Formats: sequence, structure tokens, C-alpha cells
Amino acid sequence: MLELNGVHTYYGNIQALKGISLEIRSGEIITLIGANGAGKSTTLMSICGVVPPQAGEIRFRGEPIHGLIPNRIVSLGICQVPEGRHIFPQLTVQENLDLGAFLRTDKAEIRRDLDYVFSLFPILEERRHQPGGTLSGGEQQMLAMSRALMARPQLLLLDEPSMGLAPLIIRQIFEIIRKINQEQDTTIFLVEQNANQALRIAHRGYVIENGRITLTDTADRLLSNPEVQKAYLGM
Amino acid sequence: MDYFIELFFGGLTRGSIYALIALGYTMVYGIIGLINFAHGEIYMIGAFTAFIVATVLSIYGFPLLAIVVLAGLAAAVWSASYGYTIEKIAYRPLRHAPRLSPLISAIGMSIFLQNYVLLAQTSDFQPFPELIPEFDFMEPYASFIGSSDMVILVTTAVVMIGLTLLIKYTRIGKAMRATSQDRTMAMLVGIDVNRVISTTFVIGSALAAIGGMLIASHIGQINFYIGFIAGIKAFTAAVLGGIGSIPGAVLGGFVLGLTESFATGYVSSDYEDVFAFSLLVLILIFKPSGLLGKAEIQKV
Repeated sequence: MLELNGVHTYYGNIQALKGISLEIRSGEIITLIGANGAGKSTTLMSICGVVPPQAGEIRFRGEPIHGLIPNRIVSLGICQVPEGRHIFPQLTVQENLDLGAFLRTDKAEIRRDLDYVFSLFPILEERRHQPGGTLSGGEQQMLAMSRALMARPQLLLLDEPSMGLAPLIIRQIFEIIRKINQEQDTTIFLVEQNANQALRIAHRGYVIENGRITLTDTADRLLSNPEVQKAYLGM
Repeated sequence: MDYFIELFFGGLTRGSIYALIALGYTMVYGIIGLINFAHGEIYMIGAFTAFIVATVLSIYGFPLLAIVVLAGLAAAVWSASYGYTIEKIAYRPLRHAPRLSPLISAIGMSIFLQNYVLLAQTSDFQPFPELIPEFDFMEPYASFIGSSDMVILVTTAVVMIGLTLLIKYTRIGKAMRATSQDRTMAMLVGIDVNRVISTTFVIGSALAAIGGMLIASHIGQINFYIGFIAGIKAFTAAVLGGIGSIPGAVLGGFVLGLTESFATGYVSSDYEDVFAFSLLVLILIFKPSGLLGKAEIQKV
């Protein structure tokens, strides 16, 4: 479904990605784990065209998408929930959700998806007229994920959905990620520092270090890999 | 008391024009964090466009109402195309440059446009045709509010209500609010951010052009330099109200207009600017974010 081939991305003169190659197949949950500054978020921003890659290619369903502007990429069905959630603080919960469906025109289906996200996160329906900035961290994460779902993505990119949340909320969020993958048939690319949780719901995983992919395997085998255990699972 | 009311309406008229121009400053700042110093020149070009179109149309004997509408439209469209082009050639290439670079580019644009109009139109004041007639029904109130004051007030009110509705309810309005609050996220929900920025320049420029035409007809003369002074005043109004805030720009415009009007009427017209800028200094000392602005926390 999504294929990265030798992607190089720079921030000014600093090279953040040094030839990333990976593949995500339809229906999978793929996780990318790595330390701070390894290039996880940059990988997602490159896919979305916000920080376009300087070299290499990115293909979605076989078509090259590197070089497209971000709104074109969104319209193809790729949506990102960025690190730090990026809620529009002065817009209400409802308006945030409406913006998730910005490119869609099928009113009746949008309504249905709104009901669906409210069934996933009932708290959002209670708070729908409240400004997004007044929500708690966990609620903001729920809103950010719901907003992305409102675009009805085929591929959902999640950047550190567990960051700064209480363990109970984290478990709930991961449960929902699995649910979205199964019920909506949405392919998921999950970037996490919380490698343990991420590998538990993922099918396969990639390990990124200093802008390079150093390891890839099924999630089970990564969980039992001694090097991964030592570096990322704190064992 | 009559004198007070006269000054009050004079101040409102002035304030309306400041507000119309200040909206352009504040909207652009809200979206890309840039003080568009060329904005005053857009207003001046709007006044000149209206001047040229109105003069030509009156030679052909068009009725006054048609002249006003066509001149206003022409000024709005022509200034909007200037605003659009300026953003494209002077600011967009600097989108990822440090904040100071587009600011300097803006000052350069302002100087360029002033001198270009100076060369094309000379530095002499041109008499601007009186586009707004004395209405009969305004007769009883003529001692404290003239017909053109009334037209300016009504036009400004209509424009502001229209702008508020546009920003609150339309698709482009939602896109503008989203872009001003979080540009990266706006991109990620599929908003064409460059188009939103262009639209902001187009709307701000059209508003300034309408302000330019109205005030030129009110005062009766224009030259290449009017944009600089009006621009500085409107910028002051935007800062007074809290830059980035649309209601703030309107409030700031009225506060500034009334201050100037009363200072001129009760003290001396020589002190008009002294009062205007003293007010700015006071606000900046005691409420740096402006009357309606939010304190911005800069993370470093």
C-alpha cells in the first residue's frame, strides 16, 4: 500500500533521514520504534509532504506521491495524527471534527462517521461545543484521532499517541487503534517510543536509529529480540 | 454638546477607515505572523484606481451611483491583485526564512510602490471627485454628521458584518481560522495553506481599497504618500486592539479615531499624532498584547 524507497530528508543542513526504505501492506498495523531524534516524526512528515524528501521515492498504491503538496496527499487517503496532537485550540470539538472532513462532500456519510467517532469516544460528544484547547491531554488525543478518522483515511499515521498520558488512557487508546484497524479496515502506521505497547498490537515493526532502518521483523520476534529488549523495552 | 457630537461622529468616521485598513494588517499577521508594511500602499493604490476610474466614467457621463459602484469594484479588484502578487513574489519565497527577512521585503515593497506611484502620478495632490452627494434626508443632522460620514460608517459596518460571517461560517473562513491557529495541522487536514494565505491578502487588500476610495472622496485629494501615513495609523490601531484579533482591529480603529478627533477638537490639530502615538505607547506599556489580544507565550 505504501512504499518508501531510499528516502532522504533534510531540515536545512541537517540530514534527518538517511535513506529510509519500508513497506506497509494493506490492512496491517506497522510500528516504527526508535529513540528521540531518530527520525520517526520526520518519516511521517515526509510521507505527508509537510517536509518533502530531497531524494528517494514514496509510493502509495503504486503511484509516486513524493513531490505532491500535503492537501493532495490527504485527498488520496493518507491522514496523520501528529505528535503533540495539534488540536485547533480555539475551535470547538465539533469544528475540529468538521475540519477533519474538510475535503469531503458526502454529507450523509460524514454524519455517519461523526456518529462512529462519538461511539468510540462518547466523552467527545459531551464536550462537542467546548473549545479544543480546554480538553485534557487524553481527550485531546481522542479528538485528534477522531479528527483524522473523519477524513475516512485508508492509511492512518499515528505519531506517539501515548505521549504524556496516564497508563489507563494509553491502554484505551491502543485498544481503539486495534479496533479501528479491524472494524474500519484502516491500515495503520504507528510511531512510538512506547515500544512495548506498540509491538503488542502491531503485525510487523521497524527499528530506526539515526535516520536509518536498522532492523525489521514481525512484532512477536521483535518483542523477543534481545537487542530490542535491551534498547527499547527496558529489559 | 453639539460640538461634542460632531467630534464623536468625526472620530467614528476616521476610526472606520483605520479599522478597514487595520483588518488587513491583523488578518495577515494572524495567518503568517508578518507585518505587511506594503499594506498602506495597497490602500493608496486603491484610492488612485478609484480616482482614475471615476474620472474616466464621469467624462462619459455615467450616473453618480454607477460611478461609485464601478470605481469601488475596480479599486477592490485592482488592489486585491496587487496584494495577491506582492505575497507571491515578495513573501512566499521567504516563507521558511527567519522572521526578519519577509519584514524587510515588506518595507522594500512599500518603498517600491510609493515611488512607482510617485513617478506615474507626480508628487502633487490630485483633487479627488466628490463621489458621495449630500442626501436630503441627512439635512436635519447636517450640523454634526455629513452624508459622506454616514456612508463611510454604514459601508464599514456592512463590510465588517460580512467579514465576520465569512470567517465564522464559510469553508474558506474555517480554513483561515484553522491556518492561523496551527498551520502544520491545517496542512494535515487537507487545507491548501498557500491558497488560504493568498485569499487573506486578497480580502485584506480589497478592504483597504474600499477604505481608500471612501476617505479620498471624503477628504477630496490624494497623492502617493497617503498610504504611508494611513498605514502607520492603521498599524497602530491593529496593535492597540491586539494584533491578530479581528474584533481588536475594529475596536483599535475606533479608539484611535475618537482619540484623534477629540484631541484635535479640544486641544489643537497640531497634537493629533502626539495623542495617537502616546496612546499607543501607553497601551504597549500597560497591556502589551493590546486591548483584545491574547498574551503570546513564546517557547524557546
